[in-house]
Amino acid sequence: MNWLVNNLWLIPAVPLAISLVILSLANSRRKSAAGLAVAGQIVALALSIFAFSQTLQTSEFRAVQNFTWFTFGKNALRIGWVLDPVAAAMLMMIALVGLCIFVFSIGYMADDKNFTRFFAYLSFFSGAMLGVVIANSLLLLFVFWELVGLASYLLIGFWIERPSAAAAAKKAFITTRIGDMGFFLGMLWLYHSSGTLLFYDSGNGCLERAGLAMLGGSATFIALLIFCGAVGKSGQFPLHVWLPDAMEGPTPVSALIHAATMVAAGVFLVARVYPLFSLGAINGVTASLTVVVWIGVTTALMAALIAIAQADIKRILAYSTVSQLGLMMVSLGVGGVAAGIMHLLAHGFFKALLFLGAGSVIHGCHHEQDIRKMGGLRRLMPVTFLTYAVGMMALSGMPLFFSGGWTKEEILYATAHWPKSHVPYYLVLAGVILTALYMTRQIIYVFFGNPRVASERAHESPRVMTMPLIVLAICAIFFSVVLTPAWPWLHSYLTGEATRFDIAHLIQPMLLVSFVMVAIGIGLGILMYRRAGLEDRHRSAETDPLEYAQPALFRFLENRMWIDELYAQTVIAFSRTAAHLSDWMDRYVWDGLVRAFGGLGQLFGIFTTDFGERGINAGVDKTTTGTRGLGRIMSGWHSGQIQTYLGVVAIGMLALLLLYAWLV
Amino acid sequence: MVGLISALIIIPLIGALTLYAGPPRNTRSMAFVFNALSAFCALMLWQKFDTGAAAFQFVERHVWIPSIGAEYLVGIDGLSLLLVLLTSLIVPFAFLAQRMDRGAAALMLVMQSALYGTFTAQNFVLWFLFYEMSLVPAFLLIKIWGGENRDRAATKFFVYTFFGSIAMLLAFLGIYFVNGTFDFATLAGLGKTGLLPGKLAWLGFAGIFLGLAVKVPVFPFHTWLPDAYETAPTGVSMVLTGILSKMGVYGFVRLLLPLFPNEIKILGPWLLALAVCSIVFASLAAWAQSDLKRMVAYLSINHLGYCMLGLFAVTASPIVAAKIDTHAALSGVFMQIFNHGITAAALFYYVGLLEQRRGLRGINDFGGLMQRTPLLCGWMSVAMFSSLGLPGLNGFIGEFLIFKGSFAMAASFTAIAVIGLLVTAIAFARAMQALFSGPLAESCRAFPDLLRSEKLVVVPVTLLMFVIGIAPQFVFNIFNATVVQMAWLFS
Repeated sequence: MNWLVNNLWLIPAVPLAISLVILSLANSRRKSAAGLAVAGQIVALALSIFAFSQTLQTSEFRAVQNFTWFTFGKNALRIGWVLDPVAAAMLMMIALVGLCIFVFSIGYMADDKNFTRFFAYLSFFSGAMLGVVIANSLLLLFVFWELVGLASYLLIGFWIERPSAAAAAKKAFITTRIGDMGFFLGMLWLYHSSGTLLFYDSGNGCLERAGLAMLGGSATFIALLIFCGAVGKSGQFPLHVWLPDAMEGPTPVSALIHAATMVAAGVFLVARVYPLFSLGAINGVTASLTVVVWIGVTTALMAALIAIAQADIKRILAYSTVSQLGLMMVSLGVGGVAAGIMHLLAHGFFKALLFLGAGSVIHGCHHEQDIRKMGGLRRLMPVTFLTYAVGMMALSGMPLFFSGGWTKEEILYATAHWPKSHVPYYLVLAGVILTALYMTRQIIYVFFGNPRVASERAHESPRVMTMPLIVLAICAIFFSVVLTPAWPWLHSYLTGEATRFDIAHLIQPMLLVSFVMVAIGIGLGILMYRRAGLEDRHRSAETDPLEYAQPALFRFLENRMWIDELYAQTVIAFSRTAAHLSDWMDRYVWDGLVRAFGGLGQLFGIFTTDFGERGINAGVDKTTTGTRGLGRIMSGWHSGQIQTYLGVVAIGMLALLLLYAWLV
Repeated sequence: MVGLISALIIIPLIGALTLYAGPPRNTRSMAFVFNALSAFCALMLWQKFDTGAAAFQFVERHVWIPSIGAEYLVGIDGLSLLLVLLTSLIVPFAFLAQRMDRGAAALMLVMQSALYGTFTAQNFVLWFLFYEMSLVPAFLLIKIWGGENRDRAATKFFVYTFFGSIAMLLAFLGIYFVNGTFDFATLAGLGKTGLLPGKLAWLGFAGIFLGLAVKVPVFPFHTWLPDAYETAPTGVSMVLTGILSKMGVYGFVRLLLPLFPNEIKILGPWLLALAVCSIVFASLAAWAQSDLKRMVAYLSINHLGYCMLGLFAVTASPIVAAKIDTHAALSGVFMQIFNHGITAAALFYYVGLLEQRRGLRGINDFGGLMQRTPLLCGWMSVAMFSSLGLPGLNGFIGEFLIFKGSFAMAASFTAIAVIGLLVTAIAFARAMQALFSGPLAESCRAFPDLLRSEKLVVVPVTLLMFVIGIAPQFVFNIFNATVVQMAWLFS
C-alpha cells in the first residue's frame, strides 16, 4: 500500500473543494477563478497519472480502501475507494479531457458575465465525475452519480435567463432521475440480497464470489434496475430525449459532460458492476445482457438516423454521442467489456475534440449553429478544420490511424461473435455507415463550398481555444498506438492479460469490413451532399438533398421521430393529470368528506339544541336566567383580545406549576 | 432542585410570562434570551447524555394525582433528545423569520414549552396535557396572526386535531380502566400480550390511531394541513412543520406501535398503503400547487409519509426482518424526523423571504430571480435539493435508510413509494424553473438580495445540511442505542 491508494479521495476532493472556493469569489475575480479551476484540474491530472502508474506495477492490479461512513443501530455502513485499471484509465481520460476543456473555456466564455460561476460548476462536475470512477461502493457511486447529475443540471441551465436553457435543464434532471429511481431500487435490492454495497472487500464484496453467490436469481432484476440508471445517464432509448436538448448549455459543457465524460458514466456503471450482469451466463449470454444489447442497438441506429436530418451542428454531435453510447452498450452486452471501455476512452477524446471544434466554429460564426448557414470555413479556420477532420475520421471509425477505428473494429468483432443472434451485428454495421454519412454531410456543409450567411465574416479562434483542439487531436491519433491489435496494450491492461507485439495481428478480417463500411458511408455522403448548400436546377440552397429526395422520411427524422411529442402526449400528460387529480381529490373528495362530517355534527347540534329548547328548557327557565347572566360574563372573556387570552393561558400555567410545586 | 428536563419545560413558560408582563419593547431579544437558556439546557442534556444506554435518562418522577395514576414523569431516550434538540434549534430561527408582537412571541414560547413537555413526558396524562397545550397557541397564532382565510383554516386545524385528541383520550381512558396505569413503559411491556380484551382493543387502537394520524398527518386525514400551513405566519409555519408535525410521528413510536402490535400486524398492508398514499398523492398534489407555501406544505406530508412507511414496515409487515433492516428503517425514520425538521423549516423560511419581497407567493409571481438575487436563489436551492433527497445533503441519509429497511420488509410498497422521490424532484424542478430562470420579471426588479440578518439564519442551517449529509455520525450517536432497544421491542 502506498500513499496515493490511501488518499485516493484527494482526486475528487481537490476539484470539489476548489469549486467551493470559486463560488465564494466575487464575480469580478475572473483570473483567479479560471486559474484555480485549471490548477485544480492539473492537480487531479497529476494524481491520476500517479495512480495510473501504480496500476502498471502488476497485472490485474486492484487496491481497495474501505471505511465506515456511519453506524446505524449496531450496523456499520461501509464505503470505500478502489483503484484498478478501469478506474485509472477513466481517471486519466476525464482529467486530461477536462483540462483541455477548462483551458478552452477560458477563451470561449471570456465575454460571459458569470464567468466565475461557470468555472465553479465545471470544477464541481469534474470532482464528482472523478468520484464516480473510483467509488468502491454502489452507494458512494450513486452519491457521486447524483452530484454529477446536479452539475449537469446547473451547467445545462447555465444561461438561466434563456427559458429554453432552463427547460432543457429541467428535462435533463427529471429524465435522468427517472432512470436513477430504477438504479436506487436496484441498489436497495442488491444491499438486501448481498448484505453489502461494497464492490470489493477482500472476498466479501457484492461483486466477489461470496457476494454474488448470495444473489441467485435476483441478479437479473438487480442488474436491469441498475441498468435503468445507465439508460438515463447515457441517453439510451427510451430516455435519450434529454441529451440533444442539453446542447442548450455552453459548448464546453456539451463537450465535457454531454459527450466525453458524464454520459459515458452509464457505460462505466455497467462495466463496473458487470459481474452482476454476467452472473450465471451460458456462453456469455444472460437475460440482462441481452436487454443491454437490444437497447444499445436500438439507440445506436435510431440516433444515427436522426443525426442525418439535423441542422444544428451541436445537435448532430449530440445524436452522434447517443449513437456511440448505444454502440458501447452493445459491446458490453455481447461480452466485449474491454472493447466497450476502450471505445468509451477513445470516444472521450475525439468527441470532446469535435465538440470543442464545433464550439470554435460557433465562436467564429458569431454564435450561429445552423450548418446550412455556414460553409467554406476550411480556409477561414484552418486549424479548426484540420483538427475537426481528425475528429471526424476517428468518429467514423477510419481504420489504422485513428483511435475510433480500432475500437470500432473490436466492437464489430465482439458483436459478430455473439452466439445469440446476428441481427445486432448487421445493425451495428448499418450504424457505422450512417455515422460516416452524417459526419461527411456535416463536414461538407460546414467547411466546404463557399461561405454563406453566417460564415462570411468568420475568423479563426484565439490560441487558448485552438491549443486544446490540437492536443485533443493528437490524443485522438496517438491513442490508437495502444489500441492496435498488433500491440493491444490497452486491451491487455484492462483485462489483465499479457501483451505481445505481433505485427501479424494487424491484419484482421474485421478491419477490412470496417474499412469498407466507412468508405461506403463517406462515399455515399460525398455523393449525396457534394452539391449541398448550392442552388440547383431542382431545389433551393436551403433544401437538404435528402429532404428533396425523400421529404416524408426527412421530416420524420428531422422531428426526431416525434418521440418527444409522443411522450408529451402520453407519459407527461398522464402524470400531469394525476397531479391535478390528486389536488382535486384533496380539495373536494377528502376535504369534502371532512366537511360533510362536520356538517353532520352541526346538524346533530341543531337537533339537540332544538330538543333541548322544547323538552328540557321549558321547565328550567329560571335556571336559564341565571345561566344567562353567567354566560354574559363568560362572553365578556371572549374579548378577542390576545392579551386576555394570553393572560388566561399564563394564569392557567401558573396554577399548574403551583399545583406541581405543592404536590412535590 | 429542578431537574434539567423540568428546567427545559419551565424556562420558555417563564419567558412567556415575562414577555407578557414586561415592557412591550425588545420582544425579540427577550425571546432570544429565553431561547438561549433552553438551548443551553438542551445542550447540557446532550452533553451529559449517555449514548450507550438504552434506558430513559434524567428521569424525574413525582407523585401528581395518584388517584388517577397521573404522575409527573419525565425522562429522555435518544429519540426524545433528538426532538428536544430539534425544538431548541428551530424555534430561535422561527423568531428570526419575522417580527412578532409580544403576544405572538409569548404564545410561541408557550408552544415551545409544550413541545419540550410532549417529547419528554413518559406518563400519558402528563403527555396529553402537553400535547393539547401545544394546540392552543398554534390555533391562536394562526387565527390572530394568520393570512387570508385564517379563521377557516384555524378552526379546521383546531377542530380536526382536537377531534383526534378526544378520540385518543377516550381510548386511553379505556386502557387505564383495564390496566390501571398511564405509564408508557409499563404499557409498552403489556402491549405484546394485548392491552385490551376483544373488540375493545380495536376501539382503543382506532382512537389512538385517529388522534395520531390526524396529527402527523397520514393520508386521508391530512386536509387541514395545507390550509393551516398556508395561512400561518412564516415563523409559525416553520414550527408547525419543523416540530409540531413530529409530535404525531413521535406518538406513533411511543404509543401506538408498542401498545397495539397485534392490531397493527393484522392491518399491516392497509397501514402501509396509507403511508404510500401519503407519499405519492402528496407529492403529486405538491406538483400541482401554484402557491409556494402550499407546495411546501404538501411536500411536508410527503416526507412524513416516508417516516410512516419506515415505521409501518418495521411493525406491520408479516416478514420477519433481519436486525439490520429494522435498524435501518428506524434509524432512517429518526434521521428523517430531524432532517425534515431542518429542511422544511428552511423552505418555509425562504418562501417567507420571497413573500416579504413580493407580497405574493404564487409560483408564477416571480421570474428570473437568479439575475437579481443570486445568493437567495443559491442558498434556497440547497434547501430544495436537500428536500428532494440529493446525496451529499442531509435529506438523503434518512431516506436511503428508510428505503433500505422497508425494502426488505415491504418491497412492493417501497417500490411504489419511489414514485414519491421522483415526483418531489419534479415539483422542485418546476418551482426552480419558474422562480429562478427566464427573463427577470418586472415585479422583481427591486428585490434586495439576502440581507445580513437573513444570512444569520441561512448560513448555519445550510451548513448543518451539509454536515449531516457528509458526516452524519454525530446524529446517529444520539439515537443508536434507542434504535437497538426499539428494534428489540418491535420484533
